[in-house]
Amino acid sequence: MTEPSTAMELSNVEVRFNATTLHFDCAIAAGGIVAVAGASGSGKSTLLHLVAGFEEPDRGEIRILGQNVGRLAPSERPVSMIFQDNNLFAHLDVATNVGLGIDPALRLTGNDRAKIEEALHRVGLEGFGRRLPPTLSGGERQRVALARALVRHRPLLLLDEPFAALDPGMRAGMRTLLSDLHAEEGNTILIITHHPDDVKALADSVLFLDRGRIIAHDTLSRFLERRDNAAIDRFLGNV
Amino acid sequence: MFALRENRMTIVAGALCLGAFLLFVGLAIVALLAQTGGTDGSTLFDAYIWRVTRFTLLQATLSTLLSILFAMPVARALARRPRFFGRIWLLRLMALPLGLPVLVGALGLIEIWGRQGFLNSGLRLLGLQQPVSIYGLFGILLAHVFFNMPLAARLFLAGLERIPAEYWRSAANLGMPSHALFRFIEWPVLRGLMPGAAGLVFMLCATSFTLVLTLGGGPAASTIEVAIYQALRFDFDPPRAIALSGLQIAMTGILLLILRRLATEPQEGMTGGRTMRRFDGSTWAARLTDGAWIALALLFLGAPLVAIVVSGLEADLLKLVRDGNVHRALVTSAAIALASALASVTMAATMIRAAKTVVSPRQTGPAARGFAGAIGASTSLILLVPPVVLGAGWFLLLRPFGDVARFAPVIVVAINALMALPFVHRILAPAMATHAARSDRLTASLGIRGFHRLRWIDLPALRKPLLMALSFAMALSLGDLGAVALFGSQDMVTLPWLLYSRMGSYRTADAAGLALFLGLLCLIFTILGTADDNRRPEGRKA
Repeated sequence: MTEPSTAMELSNVEVRFNATTLHFDCAIAAGGIVAVAGASGSGKSTLLHLVAGFEEPDRGEIRILGQNVGRLAPSERPVSMIFQDNNLFAHLDVATNVGLGIDPALRLTGNDRAKIEEALHRVGLEGFGRRLPPTLSGGERQRVALARALVRHRPLLLLDEPFAALDPGMRAGMRTLLSDLHAEEGNTILIITHHPDDVKALADSVLFLDRGRIIAHDTLSRFLERRDNAAIDRFLGNV
Repeated sequence: MFALRENRMTIVAGALCLGAFLLFVGLAIVALLAQTGGTDGSTLFDAYIWRVTRFTLLQATLSTLLSILFAMPVARALARRPRFFGRIWLLRLMALPLGLPVLVGALGLIEIWGRQGFLNSGLRLLGLQQPVSIYGLFGILLAHVFFNMPLAARLFLAGLERIPAEYWRSAANLGMPSHALFRFIEWPVLRGLMPGAAGLVFMLCATSFTLVLTLGGGPAASTIEVAIYQALRFDFDPPRAIALSGLQIAMTGILLLILRRLATEPQEGMTGGRTMRRFDGSTWAARLTDGAWIALALLFLGAPLVAIVVSGLEADLLKLVRDGNVHRALVTSAAIALASALASVTMAATMIRAAKTVVSPRQTGPAARGFAGAIGASTSLILLVPPVVLGAGWFLLLRPFGDVARFAPVIVVAINALMALPFVHRILAPAMATHAARSDRLTASLGIRGFHRLRWIDLPALRKPLLMALSFAMALSLGDLGAVALFGSQDMVTLPWLLYSRMGSYRTADAAGLALFLGLLCLIFTILGTADDNRRPEGRKA
């Protein structure tokens, strides 16, 4: 399969809120991990929600793998999304939660069950299939969400502060897992984070947002060297 | 939320529910208004109607005052004693009157406070000849306090328990004395809750029907609602019923307006689950006053309930169980309760979902806002038109089409369903909002829709609030006398109606047995609805 070189493209996209208007213009190359950073309220989540289909643009066009996704429902877009919390249905066991990624009506074959087991194995949770989410730690729950993203095989994975609720040790473990899985899958990942550590350890490139605009879109090394913007300085701690 | 076709279906279903609701209430009101033409206006202002109105307001004011004054120290004592033997049972006892059929409660109160009751027997033993009479204003106040004090106390307690734990730690650290704690920490919370709680109690007392019907002593102690019933059922004086209905709607309307201005919606938290560490109240004086208030509440609420059980068990229960009339009443009541509860919950859930769907997080048009607003308002506006008024409207509307009793089942189910709507809405709306916030994006991104969404996501996650709403609506319908009183006939006798007629014909032993029966039935529903989920997840971490 020949992949287009651009994973997704936002051209002239505008979202109007009561007080502010967000404006996005960017193209993301396929196959990389892009960190999305910026202060709270700078529009990071809105950006991801636009791509995932939870938010409608008032103007402009969103293309994923060359296809205009403007009219597509969230589940029809080639996208998986993982949130900071509540990624799992608390009343359904782990295997069922992953199974929803294979068939949202939960008609699962034996083959599907094997796939679920394999996905759980890949995120390091073998044998957790019958457990209920409330009995898992925060990190384990996020791993289950990753396993579900694995069985869905969507070329674009969006993560909205997936490690925000985890302690530093777990964050490091999750980062490693995420980059290992990325190496195996070759998908494109957009990850929102507040931590420069995450950016340095994971990302190939960085999208930096400030007050509803993308003010920087650089490779990691270029981004880390930037000293020309106060917001970026604050984020990197170069005060 | 994010699937267009499903959204449209949700909105249409919600609009249909709202339409049916407005039609049912609207027709009743139109029927009442259309017939006012026949009156010359003099009935509107006759002395009887004014007396009834004055009494309605007087008893509601006094009932509210007494309920609140009793509830506050009880709530404070319970908040200050987060751990004592039987506390959780006392809290459950306080939840009981809300689900208890009003008639059963009235019977229990008569057992204690009535002419032949426990109290008067005791007084006679002491040589006092003048018995305390439960009929009239005293009895009505007593019963209203019995039913509403625990409600207010629970609201207050929930508020006190929401005070952050750090407040108590800082207060202990600063060494604040008891009166300062009350003034600076507890009182502001109670004062904030007061308008909501008092308004709610006032509303319930002003529209109280069954209690006034059983305990009111003739025209001297009658409320508007009872007067409507009497005008239709006994005097057959529709103009008077219409005038009274108009008065009732105006009064509840003004009350609702005042409530809206005054109050933030009272939240009834799940009290009693959380243990809060408090550092005050360890002095003997504090222990004694708290203990006294708690004991008083226990006695006041518990004694009538015990009396129901005791005298119920003394009744010839076997005979009642074999009685064909009781069977028929039981089946009728159960069928009406189930049908109206299902209707109420389905309607509320559909309308809540539709309102949520139509209002997107940003930029909502005026039409959408109006629709959502109408849904929100309708669930509380039904309070404006009490069951008896609604029933009176339909009574007059259906009269030209023959015997009104023929339509009784449908009308009673509909009225009961609407009556439960505000409560069902209050239980479901927050739960559905939380559930939607958690799962809407997730289900949309996974493409879980329609029936599958209902089966795998919505029903399991909302099982608890749904069951709670269902059981609450069933208990409410099981205890209802207002709708049945107007439409009931030989062919449709419910348990409360049977109980009421046995009480009226002085077959007190039968009445006591039936009351026990009805009380237990409601208790079972309440327990079913609020039962904790005891299923343990498999493979739970040790």
